[in-house]
Amino acid sequence: MAETLALWRDLRRFTPARVALGRVGNGQPTAAHLAFQAAHAAARDAVHAELDLDALAEALAEAGLPSRCVRSACPDRHTYLLRPDLGRRLHDADRAALAAQPAPGTIAFVVCDGLSATAAQRHAAPLLARLLPALGPGPVVLARQGRVALGDDIGEAMGAEAVAVLIGERPGLSTPDSLGVYLTWQPRRGRSDAERNCISNIRPEGLPIANAAAKLTWLIREMRRLRLTGVALKDEQPMLPPGAAAQDRSISVVST
Amino acid sequence: MAYRHTVNGTTYVFPDMRTLLARATPPRSGDSLAGVAAASASERVAAQLALADLPLTAILNQPVIPYEQDDVTRLILDSHDHAAFAPVAHLTVGGLRDWLLAEADGAALAVLRPGITPEMAAAVSKIMRLQDLVAVAAKCRVTTAFRDTLGLPGRMAVRLQPNHPVDDPRGVAASTLDGLLLGAGDAVIGVNPATDSIEGTTTLLRMLDELRARYDIPTQTCVLAHVTTSLRCMERGAPVDLVFQSIGGTEAVNRSFGVTLPLLAEARQAALALKRGTVGDNVMYFETGQGSALSADAHHGVDQQTIEARAYAVARAFAPLLVNTVVGFIGPEYLYDGKQIIRAGLEDHFCGKLLGLPMGVDVCYTNHAEADQDDMDALLTLLGVAGVTYIMGVPGADDVMLSYQSTSFHDALYVRGVLGLRPAPEFEAWMERMGLHGTAPPERIPARLSPALVGLD
Repeated sequence: MAETLALWRDLRRFTPARVALGRVGNGQPTAAHLAFQAAHAAARDAVHAELDLDALAEALAEAGLPSRCVRSACPDRHTYLLRPDLGRRLHDADRAALAAQPAPGTIAFVVCDGLSATAAQRHAAPLLARLLPALGPGPVVLARQGRVALGDDIGEAMGAEAVAVLIGERPGLSTPDSLGVYLTWQPRRGRSDAERNCISNIRPEGLPIANAAAKLTWLIREMRRLRLTGVALKDEQPMLPPGAAAQDRSISVVST
Repeated sequence: MAYRHTVNGTTYVFPDMRTLLARATPPRSGDSLAGVAAASASERVAAQLALADLPLTAILNQPVIPYEQDDVTRLILDSHDHAAFAPVAHLTVGGLRDWLLAEADGAALAVLRPGITPEMAAAVSKIMRLQDLVAVAAKCRVTTAFRDTLGLPGRMAVRLQPNHPVDDPRGVAASTLDGLLLGAGDAVIGVNPATDSIEGTTTLLRMLDELRARYDIPTQTCVLAHVTTSLRCMERGAPVDLVFQSIGGTEAVNRSFGVTLPLLAEARQAALALKRGTVGDNVMYFETGQGSALSADAHHGVDQQTIEARAYAVARAFAPLLVNTVVGFIGPEYLYDGKQIIRAGLEDHFCGKLLGLPMGVDVCYTNHAEADQDDMDALLTLLGVAGVTYIMGVPGADDVMLSYQSTSFHDALYVRGVLGLRPAPEFEAWMERMGLHGTAPPERIPARLSPALVGLD
């Protein structure tokens, strides 16, 4: 084996990184250059895609899950990217509407685009459908231009016991459709990320839907037993997403 | 005290130093998010005109964050060297710009370093164009060393960044070998761990140290774990060349990173005691980036670029081998697009060099920023001309663990090629011994760099 592995391209089998690309002068060969451009295009399109709320609501209805739509305080994508504070805040009119139909004692499920509407569009309905047998139906709220903490406003307005936010994660070049789930006990405005639990990288090539559903079901049961979320709800099930240590890189990787 | 200036028929008033600095800052989204940016182009240029007239002594006498409230302010003022400051002590901020462009040579700039405060460097950068930032930085020479020598004239180094999504040692080794074959790794072979644990970090440290020894590379390795993790690893005998830490420009942002100045000093002493360097003893590696203080709600109403320059005062107190800003990593709410990232990268490099740091730049962007490879090429080329100490080298520019785009090994070859820059001398000699000096590498990996030597079989 040791004799045969002396070709540069053989390095590729050890890592998903873009190794052994070849070289033309000091540049990358055309195929490698354009493969990168295609991956960047997919990631950019995911960031700027609009969540199709009708299609999502229809998919959820087919699974037996009625849903309703709300807005964050961001009117558009441009504002969303520049003002994370507004993406965390529920539109005033929608807060009043949610408060008029409270759902105390429930777990509210919030689906929002985050930084990849593509991820929410593809994976949210199948994931929620998978949860039904174990958890039964809970109220489902769909939101555009939302960040993780938007769930705090939504859960608080509904008087929910907990909120699970299914949100598109910041796309990487090879991961345009990665979904994250953030679980927060007794949601209210001002909750910190240390008071949440997260399941990350939900996509067919990452953490598949079935595994994510099993993990989330376990997490919700533990949350109800301990009546809390956050750092105190961490044990044999590894909850930290890959890349969580990158928090130490000056800035958080997940734009919450 | 208040500052005022009239421009285009309107008089603008700036109530204090930090407001003046913030309003004078070229536009960027983070300052708007913080609510400290100028409200109009005219207000911005009025602030720049007022800033140009400001004596440097006024900046020294009016800290942007009070001495009593912040240990970074205390570090800056307590370590200020009045004798070194003397050649420019009579100047205004505008006068300093002219002096830097016209009169200062490399020797004068080296003498000046301990006399310049971060706020002075930030202030003058705010009234400088990109070409000014490039021209002055190119005159600064900062040399550091551990197993090779960085920052020499005509040289540009590369940090080899072989990250892997789950820290698989063989995956890290494969990316490392890929980079070595393309001439990267003279600044450091440095891995960002996906999981910051003592066990995981120790595994990577041992694997990197063994790889370095097997190939006999005159460079240093680093696992970019938290400083407390590196300390524990050293206590257990792990081979730590460099201690890494993310730092910021206020006491509060450093607290949010879980570090204090005494903790950094303790880590440096521990690394020095290992005596692992062969040609030098610079044992610290710091990363910084505009916006980190705002994201930690630790900015005190000071603009993000001034806070960033203050982080360099923290860095220089510990004689680092390497410092780099991670300029485009933070996202569009702090630096919105390619234009803002390019400007910020050159500001950070200029301020770092003026303050005496071996300044590198992670030329990078995320997928939600309005930036692309063309913007990175522009910043990379400008930094090459400005004499950047090192850049990152990531396989194909795609970091598969941190999910952002940095510079590739090829990018480093490009900028070395067009500007005639060479690797660190010790590393360059090693490359020649390994048969890596050609421009058309063979399909087959040279026997002396056999993958089997580092467990890839």
